[in-house]
Amino acid sequence: MATPPNVSQRDFDRALSEFESAVGADWVFKDDESVVLYRDAYSPFKGEEEERVASAAVAPNSVEQVQQVVRTANEYRIPIYPISTGKNLGYGGSAPNLSGSVVLDLKRMNRILDVSERQASALVEPGVSYFDLYRHIQERGLKLWIDCPDPGWGSVIGNALDHGGGYTLTQLRNHFDAHCGMEVVLPDGDLLRTGMGAMPGAESWQQYKFGVGPWIDGLFSQSNFGVVTKMGFWLIPEPDAYLTGTVVVPKHDDLIALVDILNYLENTGVVNGMPQLGSPLIGGFFSQPDPELQALLSRGAPTAEIEDYAREVGRGYWSCTVKFYGAEKAIAANWEYAQEKFSAITGATFEDGESFKFPLTFEQIEDITRQQSVGSRSSTLPEFGIPSLTMFSIGARSETNPTPTQGHVWFSPIIPRTGEAIMEANRVFAEAAGELGLPVRAAGFSLPTTYWNRSFIYLFGFPISNDIEQNRKMRESFERLVRVAAEHGWGEYRTAPAFQDLVLDTYSFNDNALRRFQERLKDAVDPNGILSAGRYGIWPKHLRDA
Amino acid sequence: MGLAAACLWVGSAFAQDADPARGKVVFDYWCAACHGEGPGMPGTLALQALYQGQKPALLEARTDLVPELTRAFVRSGVSIMPFFRKTEISDADLEALAAYLAP
Repeated sequence: MATPPNVSQRDFDRALSEFESAVGADWVFKDDESVVLYRDAYSPFKGEEEERVASAAVAPNSVEQVQQVVRTANEYRIPIYPISTGKNLGYGGSAPNLSGSVVLDLKRMNRILDVSERQASALVEPGVSYFDLYRHIQERGLKLWIDCPDPGWGSVIGNALDHGGGYTLTQLRNHFDAHCGMEVVLPDGDLLRTGMGAMPGAESWQQYKFGVGPWIDGLFSQSNFGVVTKMGFWLIPEPDAYLTGTVVVPKHDDLIALVDILNYLENTGVVNGMPQLGSPLIGGFFSQPDPELQALLSRGAPTAEIEDYAREVGRGYWSCTVKFYGAEKAIAANWEYAQEKFSAITGATFEDGESFKFPLTFEQIEDITRQQSVGSRSSTLPEFGIPSLTMFSIGARSETNPTPTQGHVWFSPIIPRTGEAIMEANRVFAEAAGELGLPVRAAGFSLPTTYWNRSFIYLFGFPISNDIEQNRKMRESFERLVRVAAEHGWGEYRTAPAFQDLVLDTYSFNDNALRRFQERLKDAVDPNGILSAGRYGIWPKHLRDA
Repeated sequence: MGLAAACLWVGSAFAQDADPARGKVVFDYWCAACHGEGPGMPGTLALQALYQGQKPALLEARTDLVPELTRAFVRSGVSIMPFFRKTEISDADLEALAAYLAP
C-alpha cells in the first residue's frame, strides 16, 4: 500500500488509526484488495503508471464521523478525496486527482432524510442513488417524479455537484439548478448549512435557495472547498399527461430558423420537455447513412446536392421532436401553437408523436424499455423520471456490437444555442477528426443534446481500451479536441480528472483570473490543502509551488 | 493437504455459511438492473450476444456460476461492467451473492 505524497509512514499509520477510531476498523480499507476497488473503472490511464490510485479509503456513516476524519486529515496532512456513490463513469469514477489520496467513501451515508409530497422536494445524503430515491417514492405511493440521468445508480448529490443533467422538464434537467440548500463539512471540520438552512428552525430549507448574502452553494460544485453531507432537491408532482410531435424541415439552412423557433417555444414555456434534434436522412442512434448519402458525404458534395437527394427520397433535412408535459388539453393546444410557429419555415411538415397519461402502466414501461435498448424510440425512461441502466446497452456487447469497449470518457463542449453554431461545430470537429484519424459517422449531421434550454451541449464518447497505446492516442485526440473547441469559444462543461487541468487552462480570461481567484479561496478555506487536491484544476499551495 | 486445496476448502466452507436469501436481496439491488430478466438489460443482452444460446444469458438461470467466478466478476468487472467496492457489496454480501448464484 502506497502512502500519500509528502506524508511519512508514521503519520499515515497514525492517521489511519485515528480514522479507525472515528468510523470503526471495518470501514477503513488499507489492504490492496480493497483499495484497488477505488480505481476509475473507465480510467483513460488504465494500467499505466499515471493511472490515479488511492492509498486507502475511509467510509463514514455520519456527519460527525466526516468531521472527525477531516480533522484528522488536517492534523497529519493526509490528502482526502470524497466520493458519493463513486459511479461517475465517463468522468473519472471513484479515483482521486492526486494519486495516493485517501478516498472518503460516502456511500454508507445513504439516508433519505425527507421527501415532501406537498412541496415536491427531497433532502438526501450523498450515498443516495436515483434508484434509491425512486424506490422510496414508489414504495410510499407518492405522486412525485425525480429527474435522473441515464444511469440510475449515480448519486443524486454527486451528479448535481458535477453539474450533471437529466431528461424531464426544463426547470429540473439542470440538476445543480434544481437543488435547494446544502450542508457542508468544511476542510477544517467545521459544519455549515446554506440558504435557509443557516437559520435555525427554518422549515423552508428546501424552498428558498438563497437565504441572505452571497449564494455560496456553487463553490461546492466541481471543486474542493467542502464535503457536502446533505443536499435538498426540487422534484415535481407527477404530471397529468405527455405528448410529442415532430417537425421536419426541407433545407439545410432551415436549421437556423428551426432552432430560433424552438428557443422561442422553450423560453416562453410552451415546450417544457427535452427537445430532440435529428435528421430524417440518417435516422436514429444506431443507423448508418445509406450508401447513396454516404457517397455524397464522402466526396464533400455541396449542400444543394444533399437537398436534392433528400427531395428524391422524400425525406426532410432536419427534424425536431418537441415534448410537452402538463394537462392533457393544454399540451394538445401547445403542440398546435408550436406547429403554427414552426410553419414560418416554408415546407415544414408535422407528425404527431406519442401520448401518455400518467401514471404509466407496467406494460407501457416495459415497451419503452424494450424500444429504448435498441435505440428505436425518442422518449426514453429518464424522460418519465424512471431510473435504469438500460443506457449501458449501447456501449456493451450486443448483437450489433461484437467488440465492446472497456468504458468511455466524454468530450462534452458547450456551444451557443443557434443553428449557425451547430453548423460551425460540425465543420470544425469534422476537420479536427479528419486530422486525428477519428471516425466521423455522418459528416455535417452531428447534433447536440438539449439538457440545458439556454445552450447546446455536444457529447462525444471516447472509448477506453485494454491497449495502452490506443488509450494514449485517445488521450492525445481528446486533448487536441479540447484545445480546438476552446479556440472557437466552446468549453467543456464537465470532465474527468485526467483532463481537468487542461480544461481549466482553457477558461483563461484575463490571465486565468478564474483559476487565480479559486486558488486564493482554496488557500483561505483549506490552507493545508487536504481536500480533493487538484479537482477541476484547483491545487493547494504546496502542490502549486512544487 | 496442499495449500491450493486448503484454500479451496476454506473458500467453500465460507460460502456455505453465506445466506442465499440475503444473496437474492444483494442481486436484486446491485445486479438486477443489468442482469435481470426483461427488456433493456445490458448485462443479459451482452451475455446473450456472447453465448449465443450455448449458456443461459440470465445469470439466475446459470448452473455453473461457482463462487470464484462471481467473486472475480464483482471485484474485477469486465468490459463496461465496473467492479464493486466493499461499501457497495461487502465481502459478506459477496459470499451471500455467490451462494445465491452458485449451482
